[in-house]
Amino acid sequence: MLKLTLAAALTSAALAAQFPAHAAEPVIGLITKTETNPFFVKMKEGASAEAKAKGAKLLSGAGKADGDNAGQVAAMENMIAAGAKTILITPSDAKAIIPAIKKAQEKGVMVIALDSPTDPQSATDALFATDNYQAGVLIGQYAKAAMAGKPVKIATLDLFPGHPVGAQRHNGFLQGFGLKSNDAKNNELARPAEVVCMADSFGDRAKGQTAMENCLQKNPDINLVYTINEPAAAGAFNALQKSGKDKNVMIVSVDGGCDGIKDVAGGKIAATSQQYPLKMAAMGVAAGVDYATTGKKVSGYTDTGVTLIAAKPVDGVESKDTKVGTELCWGKK
Amino acid sequence: MAAIPSTTLGAKLPPIGQLGPFIALLIACVAFGFTTDQFFSGENFSLILQQVTVVGVIAIGQTLIILTAGIDLSCGMIMALGSIVMTKLAADMGLPAPLAILAGIAVTAGFGLINGLLVTRIKLPPFIVTLGTFNIAFAITQLYSGAQTVTEVPPMMTWFGSTFALGGTNIAYGTILMILLYLGVWFWLRETGAGRHVYAVGNNPEATRLVGIPPERVLLGVYVLAGVFYGIASLMSVARTGVGDPNAGQTENLDAITAVVLGGTSLFGGRGMILGSLVGAIVVGVLRNGLTLMGVSSVYQVLITGILVIVAVTVDQLSRKGGR
Repeated sequence: MLKLTLAAALTSAALAAQFPAHAAEPVIGLITKTETNPFFVKMKEGASAEAKAKGAKLLSGAGKADGDNAGQVAAMENMIAAGAKTILITPSDAKAIIPAIKKAQEKGVMVIALDSPTDPQSATDALFATDNYQAGVLIGQYAKAAMAGKPVKIATLDLFPGHPVGAQRHNGFLQGFGLKSNDAKNNELARPAEVVCMADSFGDRAKGQTAMENCLQKNPDINLVYTINEPAAAGAFNALQKSGKDKNVMIVSVDGGCDGIKDVAGGKIAATSQQYPLKMAAMGVAAGVDYATTGKKVSGYTDTGVTLIAAKPVDGVESKDTKVGTELCWGKK
Repeated sequence: MAAIPSTTLGAKLPPIGQLGPFIALLIACVAFGFTTDQFFSGENFSLILQQVTVVGVIAIGQTLIILTAGIDLSCGMIMALGSIVMTKLAADMGLPAPLAILAGIAVTAGFGLINGLLVTRIKLPPFIVTLGTFNIAFAITQLYSGAQTVTEVPPMMTWFGSTFALGGTNIAYGTILMILLYLGVWFWLRETGAGRHVYAVGNNPEATRLVGIPPERVLLGVYVLAGVFYGIASLMSVARTGVGDPNAGQTENLDAITAVVLGGTSLFGGRGMILGSLVGAIVVGVLRNGLTLMGVSSVYQVLITGILVIVAVTVDQLSRKGGR
């Protein structure tokens, strides 16, 4: 009798250990490039909100700065040790992060890239991102229509050499404008004859200003400026204003942050392609919860959408005005 | 003094060590003058000077610290903090611009004081101390600014970015200030006792103590003074960009150290020329400007800068071996 009771007690204890009193909440890790870029802050907010709504636990971490791969690897290892079964990551270094991702996947963790792909893209289970090439194409098309056949002298204020997002936006812009360009998989920046100056802005205001100043010295007749993002555009505008050229030169950009939309409304930026970090993060969390509850992994590339925001619409190119842009913008309104 | 046979290369080097930065600048200018049409113009030179002003002013503080055989990794972040403090106090709290500027400089000097106290009282190596304060200053800047750029900046704060005409070229007031600061510090280092103590402490702190000057007091003064210069650089940054940018200053620490090293100041302390740092900063700006005018990728700017740094440090090493 005692043996049976003991066996029953042990069995039920073992069974109870398998099914704890409350279902374990799915643990999802979000690793951004930095803690502080408003784009990633918004992503974290979106992820937190979705996690709360779906009853999941969100762990968040980041690298120290753009390019800090080691920081992201460490964050990933810590989150997996803490029980994360899904990792959402905006990779700082598209290639260097891959061994860490492989290790995670071997442990049964689903890894989804947000905002920018790994290289190769297939290294992650899925990718939820802006089509950065398309973002470039839209502003290229806008610029072409707005310039209305005038001969163009283009300056491109890029990110820095070798970055896929920088290449995609740059090449997309040229493609959209109708100039000889590279395709979306190419990391090299195309340079047709109409591009009279190419300089690196590092996505930074002050460095963007310096790059624009040097380009204007090289070619004072520049009339169209493509910029990698809105801080670089703000720096470019500063430089143009100081040379008295701000009225005759058109600036286009990508991002759709609230500060950037303000600059579009204020006439500093003619058009910008708005992207949706909140959506990327929410989709990522939803996929993570799905995986935890059903074991189904998400796969492939999902385009989280890009909208052209412009103060002055042009014929033949669809765009939304700055009111819409402000409603949808990320950052502090 | 007995004649020293100059059999080693090093013995011949000291004069070149001093002139090196100027020669490098000259070569760069001549090279770009030949390969581009637009380099050699007053307007272009004025532009380059404006572009290097923030790093140039930070490099004054960095030079003083490196002269004492220290190093400061936190300078860029302290500068960014200063610019956020200045602009937010004026924009959010309505503080009059002069007071806001002074408050910003007080904060940067305060951080300099913290660096100095940790180095002199707790006797921590400057590299480690400033590595820590680099992170702390960055975090405080991001938290205080809410990662938001401050755009409502009073006109007085951007005055140094405005220009006046001098013989057909526009020169920024900030450029003049930078040059005056360099000349002032140069004079102070050469002609005043306190200035010479900076060299003495870098050379041989124990000997300094033996002649009655406590090296800790000199060091503390140097770190606080450097903090003041970082605060002035904050104002220069606001004047140039027209905003308080919490993401500014991230690479300025290495840029300033590069300027100091290219300028011929020894990382081992005790010798160097403050004006060399100005030349070093200008060389970097010239490279960036010249290569953009030539249409060459910025990767080559980084490559050339790296090579120049190695050359500069090698020259310093060899001239040390050659005796003085």
